[in-house]
Amino acid sequence: MFGNCADPGALDGLAWLGCYLTTGKHMSLYWSLGTVLLLLAITAPTALLFGFGGATAARSDIPPLRWLGKTYIAIVRGVPDIAFFLFFVIALDQGFEYIRHHVLCPEWPDAVRQGNDFVVCAQAKLPLGNSPQWVHETYGFMLAVLTFAIVFGAFAGNVLFGAMRAVPRAQLETAEAYGMTRGQVTRRVLIPQMWVYALPGLSNLWMVLIKATPLLFLLGVEDIVYWSRELGGAKQPQFTDYPHPDWRMWYFGALLVFYLCFTKVSEIVIEKLMARLTLGQATAGGEAQRRAGA
Amino acid sequence: MEDCLQTIADYGLRSLGIGERLLPRTGFTLCQQFTLIGSGMIWNIYFGTLALIAGFFLAVAVALGKASANPLVRKPAEWFIFIFRGSPLFIQFFFAYFLFLSLKGSYPIFSPLTSATFGALTVLFLNTAGYSAEIFYGALQSIPKGDTEAADAYGLTGWSKFRRVVYPTMLRLAWPAYTNEAIFLFHSTTLVFFAGFPAFQQKGDALYYARYFADRTFNPFVPYPILAVYFILLTLVIIAIFGWMNGRLNRHLPSDARPRLRFRPQLIR
Repeated sequence: MFGNCADPGALDGLAWLGCYLTTGKHMSLYWSLGTVLLLLAITAPTALLFGFGGATAARSDIPPLRWLGKTYIAIVRGVPDIAFFLFFVIALDQGFEYIRHHVLCPEWPDAVRQGNDFVVCAQAKLPLGNSPQWVHETYGFMLAVLTFAIVFGAFAGNVLFGAMRAVPRAQLETAEAYGMTRGQVTRRVLIPQMWVYALPGLSNLWMVLIKATPLLFLLGVEDIVYWSRELGGAKQPQFTDYPHPDWRMWYFGALLVFYLCFTKVSEIVIEKLMARLTLGQATAGGEAQRRAGA
Repeated sequence: MEDCLQTIADYGLRSLGIGERLLPRTGFTLCQQFTLIGSGMIWNIYFGTLALIAGFFLAVAVALGKASANPLVRKPAEWFIFIFRGSPLFIQFFFAYFLFLSLKGSYPIFSPLTSATFGALTVLFLNTAGYSAEIFYGALQSIPKGDTEAADAYGLTGWSKFRRVVYPTMLRLAWPAYTNEAIFLFHSTTLVFFAGFPAFQQKGDALYYARYFADRTFNPFVPYPILAVYFILLTLVIIAIFGWMNGRLNRHLPSDARPRLRFRPQLIR
């Protein structure tokens, strides 16, 4: 990175550390922090969408749709979440390949599941065997995002379902009295008004989502946990210009601090957001704001 | 049936290292999967139970610390809770494992802590203490004013006021949330063997064996649902035990005023 890093053996103290922390592999570590943020940025809205779909389905008048929504919301209760992550990644991967197999190679003679093997034709492989490395990595990442979205969508669905029921009935009746149709009531009153009731649950979910990101490591993505283990391990002088003993403790200590800071910042932002959403609402918080202002 | 009894004899205590040494390698039967995953549950129950019992006492102490007026006591308690609730358990496991590893290098007395048996238990103990302390702190804050005033009127002070009024009321108010924390703790015991702590001689917990089968058979649709069944049973047992305790804590109240336990799962720590 810097010009004086050409001969690390001659450096010491802070100069050595500065060079050490800017090696190519450390850049990969910093990029993987970006992977975590990217995961959060994609997963949060997707999960919210899934949750919204689940909550709307659970409120539906059509029984099969309602059962589907309620089952989806209830499915993640009682079982360790990490089991869901491990399960969905394989199940989704096999599901995609199974569908592609039936579409792309209909005349394939053998069964897909042969004893302990899962065999699909070469064209149905995802990603294709001859695609470049980045496609494999992106596919792995997309699977992880989808898994996160499904699991967290169920949690979010639970929160939104509760929030929709918490909107005061009188507000909806007022909207009906103005002659709005059911759809209009939902769009113009129910959805805008439900956020203040959903925010405590959703903010809790956001904190949980932040804390779930290290599980990416289990899903086979090269994330911060992977790089911290990789970089922190003892390095011998014959293999690297920067020999050092086992430093994994320091790397994971740094990750711990990273997550604590992230949590703290989120708490502050959510507090601000809550104050904004409570403004003028018929809740205890809104009443307190009104009195403080008056 | 004969085969299955033999499998149970061979693998029933495999997670403790008793019985057959080699794990099954081919022709995985349903019976083998049920037995081994069930055998792994021994570890989940071990971690969960001991961490919960030990964590309870630390949690009460930390909650009282956080409620204290003295900043020398309050600040450390607040930081303890923030550190354990604000960071992922997964990272805490990794950090603790490598910390214990380097401590072991300098002081051999720490060597037991590098095994999952004691090291992971320590982390879970501190973690559940952090989460429970926040619950108990919340309960301390919501003790009805009338209760403490009545205690004052009876001339109760200090320790006897705490033991007779504050502590039982705090437990009573915190109990539903604490039940969820207990369930949640048992679920998070599945992380132990994925985060640093090695499983010596393939002595692992339920998820460790479930993953073993899923990796070998490329079929996640059998081992994970088996794991789910075991965990749902465990959850029901916890709810039964805690429900009974809840009844005892509230036995002085009229039966329709007793709070009911509601299972509201939290998610990931």
